Amino acid sequence: MEDRPLSLVARDLRKSFRRDAKETVEALGGISLTVRKGTLTALVGPDGAGKTTLLRLASGLILPDSGSLTVVGLDVAEKPQAVQDRIGYMPQRFGLYEDLSVQENLDLYADLNGVSPAERRTVYPRLFEMTQLGPFKDRPAGKLSGGMKQKLGLACTLVRAPELLLLDEPTVGVDPLSRRELWEIVFKLIREDGLSVVVATSYLDEAERCEHAVLMHAGEILAEGPPAEITAKADGCCFLVKGPEGVPARSLQARLFALPGVVDAVPEAGRVRIVRRPDRLEEPLTLEGLQLETEPTGARFEDAFMMLFDSVAGERDHTSPAPLAASPENAADGTVVEVRDLVRKFGDFTAVDHVTFSVRRGEVYGLLGPNGAGKSTTFRMLCGLLPATAGTLRVAGNDLLKAGAKARERLGYVAQKFSLYGQLTVGENLEFFASAYGLRGNRKKERIATLTAAFELERFRDLPSGQLPGGFRQRLALAAALLHEPDILFLDEATSGADPLARRQFWGRITALSEQGVTVIVTTHFMEEAEYCDRVIILDAGRNLAEGTPVEIRERAVSGKTAPSMEEAFIAIVERERAKRTEKAA
Amino acid sequence: MSAPRTMAGGFAGLLRRTRALIRKETRQLLRDFSSIAIGIVMPVTLLVLFGYGINLDVRNVPVAVLMEDDSAPARGVAAAFELSPYFSTQRVRTMNDAERMLMAGDVRAIVRIPSDFARSIDLGAADVQLIINGADANTARISLGYAQGAVATWAAKEAERTGNAGAAGGIAVEPRLWFNEANDSSYFLVPGLIVLVMTLIGALLTALVMAREWERGTFEALFVTPVRSAEILLGKTVPYFVLGLIGLALCVVGSKLLFGVPLRGSLVILTLVSMLYLLVALGLGLVISSATKSQFVASQVTVLVTFLPAMMLSGFMYDPRSMPLAVQAITYVFPARYFVTLLQTLFLSGNNWSVILPNAAVLAGMAAALLALAVRLTRKRIA
Repeated sequence: MEDRPLSLVARDLRKSFRRDAKETVEALGGISLTVRKGTLTALVGPDGAGKTTLLRLASGLILPDSGSLTVVGLDVAEKPQAVQDRIGYMPQRFGLYEDLSVQENLDLYADLNGVSPAERRTVYPRLFEMTQLGPFKDRPAGKLSGGMKQKLGLACTLVRAPELLLLDEPTVGVDPLSRRELWEIVFKLIREDGLSVVVATSYLDEAERCEHAVLMHAGEILAEGPPAEITAKADGCCFLVKGPEGVPARSLQARLFALPGVVDAVPEAGRVRIVRRPDRLEEPLTLEGLQLETEPTGARFEDAFMMLFDSVAGERDHTSPAPLAASPENAADGTVVEVRDLVRKFGDFTAVDHVTFSVRRGEVYGLLGPNGAGKSTTFRMLCGLLPATAGTLRVAGNDLLKAGAKARERLGYVAQKFSLYGQLTVGENLEFFASAYGLRGNRKKERIATLTAAFELERFRDLPSGQLPGGFRQRLALAAALLHEPDILFLDEATSGADPLARRQFWGRITALSEQGVTVIVTTHFMEEAEYCDRVIILDAGRNLAEGTPVEIRERAVSGKTAPSMEEAFIAIVERERAKRTEKAA
Repeated sequence: MSAPRTMAGGFAGLLRRTRALIRKETRQLLRDFSSIAIGIVMPVTLLVLFGYGINLDVRNVPVAVLMEDDSAPARGVAAAFELSPYFSTQRVRTMNDAERMLMAGDVRAIVRIPSDFARSIDLGAADVQLIINGADANTARISLGYAQGAVATWAAKEAERTGNAGAAGGIAVEPRLWFNEANDSSYFLVPGLIVLVMTLIGALLTALVMAREWERGTFEALFVTPVRSAEILLGKTVPYFVLGLIGLALCVVGSKLLFGVPLRGSLVILTLVSMLYLLVALGLGLVISSATKSQFVASQVTVLVTFLPAMMLSGFMYDPRSMPLAVQAITYVFPARYFVTLLQTLFLSGNNWSVILPNAAVLAGMAAALLALAVRLTRKRIA
């Protein structure tokens, strides 16, 4: 393997960007890297690590400040066109022509890449089979679901076998099923065609499946090697912790995460998985004077990832949240959201088909489902943005469509897309949203000050929010949604595209809010985030497939194999139900 | 060392890729109603609007006629005004009355036939004083022309009647509306429309579709293919060039059929110079969108530097010769100025080479410079 030719060689590669007249940001600070032919290399790291910059440099879209970069044996800076003739590149936002059909998009890329009609006869059927886009050949690309768009983007990139394939976060915003399908395509090509692939990703389970992983942080390479080698660094440091009865896993997780000796903590099947600092393994694990039982468990790639970042990320905020309380605000408080037999049709198409669920005060409730399952439609109806076709829907005792503004005052909403004003500064955005929610005078000042402090936004106060680093945008969006102290918070894929560190901080805040009695309803494509929820509902094709606690959901999916992950459980349930439906139809 | 030539390189590759891009652009154009609206619906609407709706002709100008002389020739001149369809006259007795009416805006002009009018005619140097409210320079100028026309008509008749050619002496008549003898504003407005249509299609549409690609991020994936930036530009230009020619045909046929505007010059030359201007407009659109990379900014800038000058400063609606010198100088910066000159010459005068050649040369130079700049600006780089 060592003697395989090199697809990419970077030597002391540097690149800075000017943010404004005063400030330059170093995106890459002298990176050296080699990628061997026929391998799958993953670039992982938090936002701003320099993954996208590296891929853009490799595809000749930007020029390095210094250092050298050779791709498929050619100097990219010298001969960008020659490199572009031979590689494939799928940007984070693959720009499909939305008014062209699937076939027309594919044809365009085939023409541009000089794929002959004879080659097309063999390539097209294969691509359509792999992407399962065959039945949608004539559909405009703009009318595809998120997952299908990504698959079409990949197909366009693969229409000619490239010598090197560069993928920039190909699975962001894609549901677990489509994500798996996308990866199957990539693996198949590596296996059958000996393709070389470099993929940037913030899904660590994806990196785990690569041959070579490169961990990047702030424009530097932190570690690289086979994922198993990297994972081994966390061996013996991982434990499962069970909390006192009646305490949600996320509450325990938030406290454990704040402990100085703990590198990482995530909820897992009702318990909390922690990674302890190797030098502090001897100390007993105590929380609020209580010694906790720990059960050793095997390390995962993500555990090692968090451990490596902990060593460079600087001092984390270890101030512990409020003391642990059993079942905060008590579930007896009653039902806040009640949905019964909810139906929504668009013409002949039934987007939501008799869905029933209810959410209690202070609960964190998850809406899961593949793209097109009806999550967003349900969300819009809950927020009173869309009328229901049939069924009842009560939020905080009101029918939102009828009650209007008064009831909406009690809601907070964080959209999937960053929906604040990019040209306004952080301060101005908060100011504006506070006024929009009707806050005035001292209360307004006080709320803005409180949230700016709580979300650590002070140092960005005067920065246009469009220039905020990714994780901070999400913080600002959440802060804006909390200005008026809503009782119910709706989060629509709020962590889409966020890196693992940002997601943990985000969920820490959600946990704190739920402990104050705020009801939270979320949608997410990160199945491990479902573990933060008290209960989840799985929707597909508008119908309710399963509802219950994360532990119950996992148990329902058990089929011989022990302890499926949340993602495996989700996929199993959706596929089982889909198979049943096709059987019935047949 | 070099990449496999069979796939990427060579003229065949260029042709194939350009054809693919043109096909893609044409499909998008046909599916986007706004492009069709600007390319086809807009010219037709403008044609009808400018042909029927907007009328720069002046009729029934209220005029006060002050007769200080009551001789036969004086009455004749007054009658000439009274009978003219361009004026609606009102007799007044004193200059004071007349001035008051002018101040109040009741009349736009005063025709004063002085007390020595008849005597002066005999001496061969008669004056009719015309005082015009010059607030609206355009109407004022046209009114002056009509007034001179009315007097000249009378003088000519008088000369015929008396056989005394000297009767019209001293009244210099400048035939200002030389090329527009029917005195119909649609004669110069309609050909001028071509400049608006070409500007909209060439500059605005191209700027929008190019900026759209930057905005939607469609270029990022497209760049990392064997496609060359010149091919991308060609792919953008050709469909809009064709759309522009369709707009031209609509304007020419419409102006001929609906308004009977004569085309005195050659249709071939008209088409050729229109193509030149279209290239200039396309070049401008490409340069603007490459520089701004945002649909909103690109459309604002395009309207500001192409459409508005084409409307106001090209000679399409207002004669640059009546503008202050500094503004006149500015009009020469805008390509529309040269094109309007060409259009008006070709439609109303004929193949006047001394006008056509220099103006066409300027357009050709501008087109070459702008297209070269567009190629330079459209590098396959992001950010």
